[in-house]
Amino acid sequence: MTLVLPLHQIEPPYGSRVGGKCLALAEMERRGIPVPETLCISAEAYERYVSVTGLRERILLELSRKSFDDMRWEELWDASLRIRNIFLRTPIPGDLATVLSEALEARFRGQPVAVRSSAPGEDSDTVSFAGLHESFVNVTGIEDILERIRLVWASLWSDAALLYRRDLGLDVRNSTMAVVVQEMVIGDRSGVAFSRNPNDNSQAAIESVHGLNQGLVDGTVEPDQWIVDRATGEVVSHVSASRDQILVPEIEGVRLKPLPEEVALRPPLTSEEVKTVFDTVQRLEAVFGQPQDVEWTWGASGLVVLQSRPITTLTSEDPEDERRWYLSLRRSFDNLQSLREKIEGDLIPGMIKEANVLAAQTVDGLSDEELAAEIDRREEIYERWVDVYWDQFIPFAHGIRLFGQVYNDALHPDDPYAFMDLLAGTEMASLARNRALEKMATMIRDDAQLADALLDGLADDNPELDGAFMGQVNDFVHRFGDLSCAITGGARCDQTPDTLIKILLEMARHPPADVRRTPRDVEAMREEYLDQFEGEERAWAAELLDLARSSYQLRDDDNVYLGRIEAQVLAAVDEGRRRLKSRGVEGADAFSGEDVARALRDSDFVPDASSEEDAGDFMVRARQLVGQPAGPGVAQGPARIILSQADLKKFTHNEVLICDAVDPNMTFVVPLASAVVERRGGMLIHGAIIAREYGLPCVTGVPDATSLIRTGDLVTVDGYLGIVTLRERSEASADRSRTPQEAGSDEAGSDEAGFEEARTGGR
Amino acid sequence: MSDREETKLALRELFAGQRLAVLATREEGGQPYVNLMAFAVSDDLKSLLLVTSRSTRKYENLEADPRVALLIDNRAHEASDIHEAMAVTVLGDAEEIAGAERNRLLRIYLDKHPHLEAFASAPSCALFRVQVRSYYLVRRFQEVTELHVQR
Repeated sequence: MTLVLPLHQIEPPYGSRVGGKCLALAEMERRGIPVPETLCISAEAYERYVSVTGLRERILLELSRKSFDDMRWEELWDASLRIRNIFLRTPIPGDLATVLSEALEARFRGQPVAVRSSAPGEDSDTVSFAGLHESFVNVTGIEDILERIRLVWASLWSDAALLYRRDLGLDVRNSTMAVVVQEMVIGDRSGVAFSRNPNDNSQAAIESVHGLNQGLVDGTVEPDQWIVDRATGEVVSHVSASRDQILVPEIEGVRLKPLPEEVALRPPLTSEEVKTVFDTVQRLEAVFGQPQDVEWTWGASGLVVLQSRPITTLTSEDPEDERRWYLSLRRSFDNLQSLREKIEGDLIPGMIKEANVLAAQTVDGLSDEELAAEIDRREEIYERWVDVYWDQFIPFAHGIRLFGQVYNDALHPDDPYAFMDLLAGTEMASLARNRALEKMATMIRDDAQLADALLDGLADDNPELDGAFMGQVNDFVHRFGDLSCAITGGARCDQTPDTLIKILLEMARHPPADVRRTPRDVEAMREEYLDQFEGEERAWAAELLDLARSSYQLRDDDNVYLGRIEAQVLAAVDEGRRRLKSRGVEGADAFSGEDVARALRDSDFVPDASSEEDAGDFMVRARQLVGQPAGPGVAQGPARIILSQADLKKFTHNEVLICDAVDPNMTFVVPLASAVVERRGGMLIHGAIIAREYGLPCVTGVPDATSLIRTGDLVTVDGYLGIVTLRERSEASADRSRTPQEAGSDEAGSDEAGFEEARTGGR
Repeated sequence: MSDREETKLALRELFAGQRLAVLATREEGGQPYVNLMAFAVSDDLKSLLLVTSRSTRKYENLEADPRVALLIDNRAHEASDIHEAMAVTVLGDAEEIAGAERNRLLRIYLDKHPHLEAFASAPSCALFRVQVRSYYLVRRFQEVTELHVQR
């Protein structure tokens, strides 16, 4: 099989090697339909590249660290980022590069081109990969074209593409990628057209914008739309757009610009041109024997078809289709900017208001029937916000990824996460808080009398406590809140600064922990990043950094806001459990909210018992748990499982912090820890970020960390390899980690653990 | 070809076709312990190379007692393995290698396992050289040839 093929050499049987996009272009050219000058780089080239460079095994090793189903999207994103960086840093080997360069040079001779994916098996009438793989427009020069080809290859392993393949049950090991390199047709009008309107089979639909297509396809530029009657060819309706922006080619890539007023006044297409587009797509439907989704542009020489693919019936008719969700994983800058406005101006205040309104409604006085209804109502409200979390907050987190991609593309760093340091330079409240803590700990360290007084004071209110010190404590509580509220999202707080004092005493017993990074490093990094851009680009790069920082902060905060609402669900459920218990219902602590509501309404209701423990002849225990490397270094220490607020109080120096998710409210114990292990995965989670700040080894994405490891067990955390080794099971660990009360709540799937499950599970 | 050269050739061919070896170490108190390990062999057949994370049991075992046995074979999980498969038992002493020598040996290891680069290069991983004392090559069910390394 040849590595590079011009369209006229492509026959239908080559589909599995060149992909649907190439095949359709070849067919159109044969039929005399105008298409751009095109070269197809077959899957053979991709396969040779990944074989010769050893990338194939590296990719599969990266993806098989953990069961695919156990990987959360953050982890997949991380894996994709690492894989993409491998592609960025691995040039195409000499002889393959020579073959490609010569063919490209001979065909395009320095003209700008578009580089698009054409994954074999990509599009069919039931499956559409449209938009899941990368494509680049207006690329000039062999070096740049070859780099874009590598990035199109890499996009086979983007998280969106991986997740979509997982949903379709496709085996990623069989995935391969062909690439279309096309002469760049600079149309002054462009658009998409459906030979059949997905909403009405008797019509065709045409959308068009001034300038290039990219803006329409990614949703940045609003198009004019025409609906045409298929039988008569008459325009049924024309909806005008605001036409304020236009996407134009720059020296490299494309740029969004304001549309000149005189152009904005007229629709992108005249009625004759609408007819021409309509006739062309009808012809394409006849050629391919099924309804077509066509991308086209209108240049100096008239209409040119950029690509034609089957309309996916499934996509348009199945509202559950998740491809759209996966597509939302890739957002444009403008798209993210408007999302930011919505989140900061609308959603976050809305969540805070919702939580406050709920908190103000006490449930004690309700009848059982009313309480059951209230539990259901609060669950519904919570579910609604969980949807908002998935639909709006998660996509917004992709401000971080967009920035990471731009940063890595510009600087090709060794460490694909170097950009995180630039984001972490945002002064996080938790670090300011830890500095205030360290200041108080120093006061204790330097004053033995104060330390003694505090130890006494823990038993009882101690009037002899130093006034200046207590002033600091009160000031701290005023600024940062009472640490005892941590984890519960504020649902339950101690009335005394007990937790705070205990932590301070423990900190004072040991030398202060260093924050690794100085603010100056970040400033230098920022300059280095911005220096990669010139003129208007530089301003854009600065805006993108600002967006990414906002996005990063939200990653810090969104769970907290959601947690406040769930705390109110729990308050109602807890009241229900309390009533059931006082009624003598057994095991009410283990009931889900829904079951509590049912049991309140129906005194005979008994939920299905959860699966029973098998007390057989075998005992299983974990030895090495695999997660993702999230902070370099190796450390060993006794484990401290943090499931509830009470656990934080017990934290001692050099323990390994093991938790479901490091809540921003928990980070004050991090300076005491020797390493951090987190059930949630990914580099963007708070635990990883804080661990990086303190230079601690960190492993994330260990699914059963909090159940397989017990407090007191001796563990080694390998932050290079992402491995946690359970070295010795502490004899006392069973007793120490599970006081009767905690053991009870464990079996109930403790509030906090279950809570995390609810908000990060799913999808 | 001499028997010695024929045996060495058979070993080279077997090693070239296999990526994994079974490594036997000894736990405290004498309990035998085995693992599947990616391995590489030096050109002179005098050393085998292994990489392990330092937090493993085998690492502890190797630190406490360097004597090891390894098994490398080409079975196909068929009944015919009994007469067709070839297996070699290797006896030797393992030592952790550091410094410039580590870099040289790591290259040999990574030539065979390029995709393990990130793993093998992690500071938490140790590279071991097994100085081979003897090979016991078993073919055709019960034909056994010994090859001893003279030092």
